[in-house]
Amino acid sequence: METKNIMIVGVGGQGTLLASKLLGRLLLGKGFDVKVSEVHGMSQRGGSVVTYVRWGDRVCSPIIDKGQADCILSFELLEAARYTEFLKPGGRIIVNSQQINPMPVIAGMAAYPEKLEEKMSALGIQVDAFDALSLAEEAGSSKAVNLVLMGRLAKHFDFTDEEWMDAIEHSVPPKFLELNKKAFELGRSA
Amino acid sequence: MKTLMLGNEAVARGLYEGGCSFVSSYPGTPSTEITECAAKYEELYAEWAPNEKVALEAAFGASLSGRRSFCAMKHVGLNVAADPLFTISYTGVNAGLVIGVADDAGMHSSQNEQDSRHYAQASKIPMLEPSDSAEALAFAKLAYELSEQFDTVVLLKMCTRVSHSQSVVEPGERVLPARKKYVKDPGKYIMMPANAKKRHPEVEARTKALTVWAETADINRIEEGGDRSCGIITSSTCYQYVKETFGDTYPVLKLGMIWPMPEQRIRDFAATVERLVVVEELDGFIEAHCRSLGLAVSGKDLFPDIGELSQNLVKEKLGGNVQAGAALEEAIPARPPVMCAGCPHRSIFYVLKKMNLTVLGDIGCYTLGAVQPLGAIDTTICMGASVSGLHGFVKAGEEENAGRTVAVIGDSTFIHSGVTGLINIAYNESNATVIILDNSITGMTGHQQNPTTGYNLKGDPCTKIDLESLCHAVGIKRVRVVDPYDMEACQTVIGEELAAKEPSVIISRRPCALLKYVKHPGPICSDPEKCKGCKACMRIGCPAISMVDGKAKIDATLCVGCGVCEQLCKFDALG
Ligand code: SF4
Ligand code: SF4
Repeated sequence: METKNIMIVGVGGQGTLLASKLLGRLLLGKGFDVKVSEVHGMSQRGGSVVTYVRWGDRVCSPIIDKGQADCILSFELLEAARYTEFLKPGGRIIVNSQQINPMPVIAGMAAYPEKLEEKMSALGIQVDAFDALSLAEEAGSSKAVNLVLMGRLAKHFDFTDEEWMDAIEHSVPPKFLELNKKAFELGRSA
Repeated sequence: MKTLMLGNEAVARGLYEGGCSFVSSYPGTPSTEITECAAKYEELYAEWAPNEKVALEAAFGASLSGRRSFCAMKHVGLNVAADPLFTISYTGVNAGLVIGVADDAGMHSSQNEQDSRHYAQASKIPMLEPSDSAEALAFAKLAYELSEQFDTVVLLKMCTRVSHSQSVVEPGERVLPARKKYVKDPGKYIMMPANAKKRHPEVEARTKALTVWAETADINRIEEGGDRSCGIITSSTCYQYVKETFGDTYPVLKLGMIWPMPEQRIRDFAATVERLVVVEELDGFIEAHCRSLGLAVSGKDLFPDIGELSQNLVKEKLGGNVQAGAALEEAIPARPPVMCAGCPHRSIFYVLKKMNLTVLGDIGCYTLGAVQPLGAIDTTICMGASVSGLHGFVKAGEEENAGRTVAVIGDSTFIHSGVTGLINIAYNESNATVIILDNSITGMTGHQQNPTTGYNLKGDPCTKIDLESLCHAVGIKRVRVVDPYDMEACQTVIGEELAAKEPSVIISRRPCALLKYVKHPGPICSDPEKCKGCKACMRIGCPAISMVDGKAKIDATLCVGCGVCEQLCKFDALG
């Protein structure tokens, strides 16, 4: 099997690491070779964060390079736009349409680009943009954006319900299990 | 059972399985999780030391006492620990002693991009270099075997991509060796000239013996490839990029031990291929060694000695075609890391900038005080350099500098190596003003305890160093404490201490806004009626404030209600 590549991108503090942990568990359970790469430290302080998830028969490099990602799962609109070059031809972007202004925009030194969804589509990218934040809030917490996005991702990969539920149960604290399952379902049916 | 582990977690597992009993480290990205994960094993004693030199010396002491020990640090930490390193090389060990050092090519979270492999050669200490988590675990265990077999400390070299990537490992059982007896041995452990002169030849002989071991070691393996037009020597994460790109096309000599290198094996490998290429990150370390063997080799003529490599880079430089995806035409604004909403450092930097002071900075979250719109820091060099540098700046610049220059340093960094600079200020009497940003945690590396927090690595209460008493004890008479959220008070106190004709320390004290025990008042509101759109509140760079349609708007999901912006609004629009 050819190695599959998903990039999870977002803003430091949005919970991208939980998403990669969950995926890693699911894929390992299915018997794949898996590598998940993340950068810790300073970049977590509200900066742009990237996690690479790769699986297949044998995965060597821990990172995804330009032109290699099957899918970008983005927690924020601008962050999706930042990484389009990493997509394969015909690759897909699943993106929370929420906009979080970066400091240069807040400080008035740059503008948040407009109509990013349309512009990305114009590049031939399959863009699946939706308001994950509202769905997370509907599920009970704005912090559940990651599970809403996981649910949306589930639509595009044929993993079974049991596989997803097992991974969710092992990745989130029991206290928030129901909330997270609900967020996952909302993402999947949206 | 197979499981996914971060490289750092796998090192910790290797320590556990390898019978390590004592871990002493100083946190530093990307090495921090090794020690944090080690601390989760009850059988292991693990601690944060004040700095890397102390940590290594403590680990050496544990080895001397007969227990396998370990010490982790980031690349620049090895500079701090270099003093004991070069002499422990001479003494050797009693029980196994391993040092984990993590480089940061690409400088994701570091102030320089030094290549730690040079330390192995310079200090004549063997260095293992894992390329994924499974090897990180295996090499950590092997390092103890080598350490005891060859009577040497062993360096385990990690890098960001190996430390912070999860890959598959199969954990095993812990095997705890019997404690070795400590036996007095002055000739081995007292490194005064007469003894050291006798030890040095043994060090050279040890390197020769390790070279022989390296010739046949499994961790330096040749992986056959069908196409002999090119043969690649590589290690660490670069090995993964090579395999990702070429699979089994070209023969590969994969080095698991980077120092000393297996000379004959390299020669033999070179003889079987038409063109020899070294793929390595940062300096041409393996390449230089190949050249010293008289081999014709390519390396840094193809690959950059700056930043990280990647599979695309490997492909491109070795003649392949690389196709990036489509990029948007318009510029995507950068998203640099920012100080968190409610960060206690923000307001103090605002005051320093307003006072138009020269600010010698240090290493920590507060380095972000250098970023616009705060832009309040003049220098950042290394741990402690703010305090020591201030002394020279003030002494040499006399009155002119004393009244308008300060050093800023965090609590953990101050204990690490700021206090020695402060002793110099007191002893040699410079009229310096040092601001300790005491946020009661080591913030940037992800919230580690330190000697000023009153808690140890395992989270248990412990002795707490009192910063005020410490400053008094080294001879600073003027020690003031301020709350950074109160900007007027900060400005008054800083002004007074700059005017004073003797050294002083100002402790700006408020815990990091992200700490769980910190209770925040909750988000404030902006009143669009009152807001005049003057943007005064924007000057502190709080990520919770933005201007929407000419009026200040507070993001209630981010704002913690620190009240700092309120102090800037002349129109009472925030609160
Ligand atoms: S009170 Fe003002 S400065 Fe403090 S966190 Fe809220 S918006 Fe930021
Ligand atoms: S300082 Fe006050 S008046 Fe000026 S922009 Fe901010 S909220 Fe509005």
